[in-house]
Amino acid sequence: MSTKSTTDRTRGVHEDGGAPINIGHLRRARRERILSWVMPITLLVVAICIWEFLVRYHEIPKYLIPAPSLIAETLVRDFASLMASSWFTVKLTFLSLALAIVGGVLLGALFALSRPVELSLFPFAVILQVTPVVAIAPLILIYVDSTFAALLICAWIVAFFPILTNTVVGLRSADHNLRDLFTMYRATPWQKLRYLLAPSALPYFMAALRVAGGLALIGAVVAEFVAGTAGQHTGLASRIIESSFRSEIPRMFAALFLVSLLGIVIFLLTSWASHRVLGHWHESEIRREL
Amino acid sequence: MTGDPIITMNRVSKEFGDVLAVDNMSLSIREGEFVTLLGPSGCGKSTALKMIAGILPLTAGEITISPAKGNAEHDLGFVFQEPTLKPWASVFDNVYLPLRLAGVGRSDGEPRVREALKEVGLSRFARSYPRQLSGGMKMRVSIARALVSRPRILLMDEPFAALDEMTRTKLNNDLMQLSDDHGLTVVFVTHSVFESVYLSTRVIVMAARPGRLVADMPLDAPWPRSEDYRTSIEFTDEARRVSETLKGTLHVDEIDH
Ligand SMILES: Nc1ncnc2c1ncn2[C@@H]1O[C@H](COP(=O)(O)OP(=O)(O)OP(=O)(O)O)[C@@H](O)[C@H]1O
Ligand SMILES: [Mg+2]
Repeated sequence: MSTKSTTDRTRGVHEDGGAPINIGHLRRARRERILSWVMPITLLVVAICIWEFLVRYHEIPKYLIPAPSLIAETLVRDFASLMASSWFTVKLTFLSLALAIVGGVLLGALFALSRPVELSLFPFAVILQVTPVVAIAPLILIYVDSTFAALLICAWIVAFFPILTNTVVGLRSADHNLRDLFTMYRATPWQKLRYLLAPSALPYFMAALRVAGGLALIGAVVAEFVAGTAGQHTGLASRIIESSFRSEIPRMFAALFLVSLLGIVIFLLTSWASHRVLGHWHESEIRREL
Repeated sequence: MTGDPIITMNRVSKEFGDVLAVDNMSLSIREGEFVTLLGPSGCGKSTALKMIAGILPLTAGEITISPAKGNAEHDLGFVFQEPTLKPWASVFDNVYLPLRLAGVGRSDGEPRVREALKEVGLSRFARSYPRQLSGGMKMRVSIARALVSRPRILLMDEPFAALDEMTRTKLNNDLMQLSDDHGLTVVFVTHSVFESVYLSTRVIVMAARPGRLVADMPLDAPWPRSEDYRTSIEFTDEARRVSETLKGTLHVDEIDH
């Protein structure tokens, strides 16, 4: 160890300096990355064109299946009202996700720290989770005055559970020998949490976040359906119901499109966050350097 | 070379439920000794080592570690069979861990981390992540981490068992050099007779069911050993002697069951 071993040195050169064989791999990796964007988008455009063509060719009435061009037109015409609704749904979704993160992580940490707390509270978390939110929503709407708060609670219930369970599992997943090492070095509970348990839990948490992001949106939309609220300060779900009452199918599609778009944005955001946080070390996010 | 007793185990026992992992073990290790614990799988070597480290509580008996004279952050360094590194932290941060836990600031700790990395020949890899290193290099990081707090005692649990022969030989030599340089007391668990005879100044042979100490064999060949010792008649003789003692314990075991 006082003298550097030759094996280490050669390995170092291999890792630092780019060996020529790497270039081919890099090129292939870049092509793959571009393809992963280009292919789905091309497919989508083709599908939309076929849709447009079929609707026009067979002269399908717009109250059955509207053409994509008509949906786009509706989007532009109803822009103001649709944007206001979108903003409502965005607020609802992200606020409930944020509260789910705070609640899930805090309660998860509490569970991981104390077995008795977990044993006594976990069943209630399960009951909350297994009861369909559609079934609880009417009750919550009765008991909570503010509609927004009631919707928030519904979306929160749906998004909260995966974060809770994964935080608990994650905090318990720390390597046993590393735990022993921390014990040997007389780490304080805070040091143990900060430098061992929390980083170990991170991959589990990020996986939960990706699930919870989607669930928060589902919760927000479903709750609004149940609430069946009308008027100015309502979300995309209300626009869908409203359009269905008035048989404004293109508007329904437009609102549906915005809901999907929101879902995609949430998915991309959480995936990006996961890559940012885990990219440099966790197996799930590492692109292997060949 | 060796001095006052530094680790004293007095009638130490450890039970896991109804398994007697270590039974009534007494052992005194003096400063500067390189002791190996040798024995078949399940004889309680790891358990004994973890009790010395203060990781496992004892069921009975006591272990005393003589008070430190120097100013080390921590008396003990521990190296596991697996490198046991934090995958999310760089090599530097992994080695810095013991200092960080002892409250040493990053700027104060930095030169010492660099020194420890230099000692194990990994200066150039401070910014790498564990996944970018080979098995042998990870083990070196683990050793650097154990040394960075300048411990007097180094506890190692089959640290090189998973490595290939060449890497293992190299690390054996480096380890002897390091422990000589630092005047370390080493307790080294292994189930390789050859490794124990080559490395240590004293072999403690243990037997299983219940885990107990069966023989305490000092090895007199000059230490630190050189590569030539591996091929000497003396080495072969010692290896045979230890090997036969070990076989004897297995034999007794078979009669027991
Ligand atoms: N945490 C534990 N819980 C229950 N039993 C344990 C535990 N740790 C060890 N044991 C038992 O104690 C005995 C000694 O185990 P130990 O790990 O000390 O053996 P070892 O000599 O290190 O073996 P190996 O060479 O395979 O590592 C074994 O019978 C094992 O089953
Ligand atoms: Mg063991």
